Amino acid sequence: MPGLVHVSTTINGNPTDFLCEPRQSLLEVLRDVLGMTGTKEGCNDGNCGACTVMFDGRIVTSCLVLGVEAQGKEISTIEGVASPEGLHPVQQAFLENAALQCGICTPGFIVAAKALLDREPDADEGRIRHWLAGNLCRCTGYDKIVRAVLDAEDKMKA
Amino acid sequence: MTSNIVLSEVEYNVVGKRHIRPDGVDKVTGRAQYGADVQLTGLLQGRVLRSPHAHARVISIDTSAAEAHPGVFAVVTAADLPFASLTRDDLGGDYQRLKFASNHVMASDKVLFKGHPVAAVAAESQHVAEEAINLIKVDYEVIPPSMTVRQAMEPDASLLHDDLFTSELGQLSDKPSNVASHMAFEAGDIDEGIKQADVVLEREFETASVHQGYIEPHNSTAFWNTDGQLNIWTSTQGPFVVRTNVADILRHPVSRVKVTPMEIGGGFGGKITAYLEPIAALLSKKSARPVKLLMSRTEVFEASGPAPGTWMKVKLGATSEGKITAADIFLAFEAGAYPGSPVMQGAACALACYDVPNARINGYDVVVNKPKTAAYRAPGSPQAAFAVESVIDEICEQLGVDPVEFRLRNASREGVRRVEGPVFRRIGLVECLEAARNHDHYKMPLNGPNQGRGIAAGFWFNRGFQSAVNISVNPDGTVNLIEGSVDIGGSRASIAQQAAETLGIAYEDVKPTVVDTDSIGYTMVTGGSRTTFATGWAAIEAAEDVKMQMVERAAKIWDTPVEDVEYADGALSHKSDPELRMTFRELARQLLGTGGGITGASNVDPTGEGNGFGVHLVDVEVDPDTGKVTILRYTAVQDAGKAIHPSYVEGQMQGGVVQGIGWALNEEYFFNDQGQMMNSSFLDYRMPTALDLPMIDTVIVEVANPGHPYGVRGVGEVPIVPPLPAIGCAISHAIGNRINRLPANPGAVLEAMG
Amino acid sequence: MEAVEYTTPKTVSEAVQAMASKGDRARALAGGTDLLVQLRGGRRSADLVVDVKDIPELNEISYSSSGGLTIGAAAPCYRIYQDAAVAANYPGLVDSASLIGSIQIQGRASLGGNLCNSAPSADAIPAMIALGAVANIAGPNGTRQVAVEDFCTGPGRNVLEPGEILVSINMPAPQASSGANYLRFIPRNEMDIAVAGVGSSVVLDGSGQNFVSGRISLASVAPTPVFCEAAGASLAGKPVSDEAIEEAARLAMEDAKPITDMRGTIRQRVHLVGVLTRRTLNNAIQRARGE
Repeated sequence: MPGLVHVSTTINGNPTDFLCEPRQSLLEVLRDVLGMTGTKEGCNDGNCGACTVMFDGRIVTSCLVLGVEAQGKEISTIEGVASPEGLHPVQQAFLENAALQCGICTPGFIVAAKALLDREPDADEGRIRHWLAGNLCRCTGYDKIVRAVLDAEDKMKA
Repeated sequence: MTSNIVLSEVEYNVVGKRHIRPDGVDKVTGRAQYGADVQLTGLLQGRVLRSPHAHARVISIDTSAAEAHPGVFAVVTAADLPFASLTRDDLGGDYQRLKFASNHVMASDKVLFKGHPVAAVAAESQHVAEEAINLIKVDYEVIPPSMTVRQAMEPDASLLHDDLFTSELGQLSDKPSNVASHMAFEAGDIDEGIKQADVVLEREFETASVHQGYIEPHNSTAFWNTDGQLNIWTSTQGPFVVRTNVADILRHPVSRVKVTPMEIGGGFGGKITAYLEPIAALLSKKSARPVKLLMSRTEVFEASGPAPGTWMKVKLGATSEGKITAADIFLAFEAGAYPGSPVMQGAACALACYDVPNARINGYDVVVNKPKTAAYRAPGSPQAAFAVESVIDEICEQLGVDPVEFRLRNASREGVRRVEGPVFRRIGLVECLEAARNHDHYKMPLNGPNQGRGIAAGFWFNRGFQSAVNISVNPDGTVNLIEGSVDIGGSRASIAQQAAETLGIAYEDVKPTVVDTDSIGYTMVTGGSRTTFATGWAAIEAAEDVKMQMVERAAKIWDTPVEDVEYADGALSHKSDPELRMTFRELARQLLGTGGGITGASNVDPTGEGNGFGVHLVDVEVDPDTGKVTILRYTAVQDAGKAIHPSYVEGQMQGGVVQGIGWALNEEYFFNDQGQMMNSSFLDYRMPTALDLPMIDTVIVEVANPGHPYGVRGVGEVPIVPPLPAIGCAISHAIGNRINRLPANPGAVLEAMG
Repeated sequence: MEAVEYTTPKTVSEAVQAMASKGDRARALAGGTDLLVQLRGGRRSADLVVDVKDIPELNEISYSSSGGLTIGAAAPCYRIYQDAAVAANYPGLVDSASLIGSIQIQGRASLGGNLCNSAPSADAIPAMIALGAVANIAGPNGTRQVAVEDFCTGPGRNVLEPGEILVSINMPAPQASSGANYLRFIPRNEMDIAVAGVGSSVVLDGSGQNFVSGRISLASVAPTPVFCEAAGASLAGKPVSDEAIEEAARLAMEDAKPITDMRGTIRQRVHLVGVLTRRTLNNAIQRARGE
């Protein structure tokens, strides 16, 4: 049986080392090896977006990345979105716009929405809906999520 | 144009305001602890082996190879469940109920749906546990499945249970059957009503099985201590229901079971039943270690509660003036593998929007080889509404009557008796219909070919049930509010607001916490639109208890009779001596030195119903080449009684609408001819994405519920009811042919276009 | 998921060596968006996962007006649709690269992986066939080239032998007055498997009024992606007209041999091939005319 692999990576700006089996997903490693449970599992096959993280500058579903693939990469997760000074404008907008109900999809939405606004600060409703189509929410009907992202855009420009 | 309108009748200080939810920061930063996030020393991971067959006899199970697999700590089968060693004599009248409950959790003699648990393993990791379950050998004798109510109701149908006898209007039949029960409601004289009608339409409908679709899979972690104390951490809508289920199935004293509700990632009715908890408990008992079980998404689809597929017939008569004279309704609902579909609720909701003088509703609860159905938001009502509202729409077309006008002529209002008996108190259906008619959406004509508009109404009971709340006063003038209602959609906020309003203190001064079953009185599920209503009520009563004790304390401090002290606007004052006045905060500071702290407590079980109604408008466009439906515009109107937190009321409305859109258009369990679900993933079970939808406009109507201190009615269930008929009717108008089967996916619409 | 070993070769020959060492028990990993799901679900199994993303040739995206476009087999979709030369010269390829999965999936999934996964529903394959793409394969016996329309041999099966990997895909430089388009039909607007898909490309004459040639390919209507040779050829020499498009659509529908399953019925799929062939041809014509 194959043994554990030593992986050196960077998570939320911090150099991080861990051991994992090659068959373990990055999602598993984050949650079960590193105890970073902010990233959620909803489907484990890339179709819900709850496990969205930034992986070398792009959003990915961490269930479809192997933990061993993190070697030498830059990863950021929901735990890295807020700063010591406070919440990120996207997080603040989600709170103020009641853009979450149960909250299980929220970390994935926030990571994805932040990635969009970092790249496209003027994304319109259609683009936001397109960008977030890989993130399923069953509670809100998306209305308040989309409004929150639009609101965050305004906040980030101000 | 305003997208979210609140037609408010009464203004309060805290109630009705859009506060930030107390658990919000934890939920936007990833710190909130959901069920799957539980970590414990020595935690093992479990996996469940499930039946690949929809219907089969279990001949033998050989777990020896799994037990010998390195890293495996425990293996369980149904033989480990107490039920296996109990007889009908031991259990008496509980026998069948417990047999069904135990076998549902883990099959003994027969598997009744693909995904039915047959064994489980606890191991050092989920991968090892998965390797081990693949080493378990099960011999099955496959039996043909009965997959739909029509199949299962055939006289020669393949039977799921050889000891299930139809409860025929209360009498047990003498021959085993897949029909678990036949119930009926009747009012007036149906034949006379049909005679009075100028137009009579009879139509047949079908809807497919659909899933609640919460994003968080089921999970459960259990630790069975050597002293018999069983602790369970789980995502559930009803920790007390889980406690009862687990105690029942494991024959363990309810007092030795503690259920800690973790944050929950959606439920919609589907996270009430205990699926994994008894298995995790048994694995823990055997391994003497805590064990965590997580369902995969496929397991969620295949083995947790869908809402029933249905077969329905509606015959409706109306006069040419547009007055309903008679309704004759047949509802057959799939129960899944064990009895208990919501056909009774469907029957009671079917005609609740209308004053129908002559009515007959027959309902059938039918077992089929699908997972046992669970509650799904207004269980039974959306399907029944699809059938009834669609026929009303067709009658309006035939009579040339405006559909809102028709509904106003027949609308239920105060004093109207429902077919199943209750008489409405003050309700807000008429106000909802008027708000819909006055809405800019309704006045705006459609603006292109292949478009259609649908309008439909919907109802849910909104019953109360038991809730408990404790409120303790802190020395700084804030209060801790302890509740047993799991917060799925902002209820910490809506409960805290009612407590703050009652106490006359700031919202921010109430700190709500949801606790385990050892730490608060019995509280029913978060579901059925009851939480803000009933737990809110408990919070109001606990706050009143605090107020009373604060008055007593002030009287003690002032050395004056209690009757002289008044509590208003968060302050205590002497009725005749203006010098004697203390704010809530000032008195709070003095409590410890004047007799100790103050805790208000309440256990409530409000009787009566909140009775919620909604009216929805939807515009669709159908691609004539492909049959694909686009939702162009959607407006949901609903009587909330009083919207404690309007944003979360709107959220409930929008979320319910979108689940309804999914149900109407694309969601469906797709089975092969062996009864195996073929689309058990979010890829092929097509829930709406952000890109499939417009903004969902809302109108909150506030006709105060006379049965609640702030007029709350409950809001979560109603908004999933009207979308099915509203969308079906909109498509029918767009294509010129009726849609009588859901989902109306592109293939089905293409066929309907002819 | 079963236990696997994992390796990250840095060159094509190291990769081939690693693949060959395990025969059919080795699997190449690019974006992993199909492979990991299949390994987890037990639909494929492997002893060794060969991560090919560290190999320069497999990450290449290069274009020249003489040599056309070379896309490394592991280059993720987002790099393809963000590439200025690809966007300018191969909008038909961008169509498919930008609708595979979600934004998250496009951050990982590659056209090479889409091809090697060889699903009948693959969105990128009809677009590549329409554009005349060729697959560059390396193996223990050297390299070889296979036209993309000849690559897939059945659902999930293809011409790759044990030890072989797909290195890159070549597409010829677009001819003057040419255009292409890929459309699929799905019940939702994203995150779906094609009920049917059609990739079309056309070359028009200088006037933009007559077809010089055409290529049409289908997804989700047979055990493999379908190259509709007759349908494409029927356009050659005809004036651009509804009749010519209709005839091509009719021939494409004849080539569709779908099954009824949870995603659609035979009747619906054949009908959709007609609809999508007409739509993609019209879009391709517009692009060829620079409209």
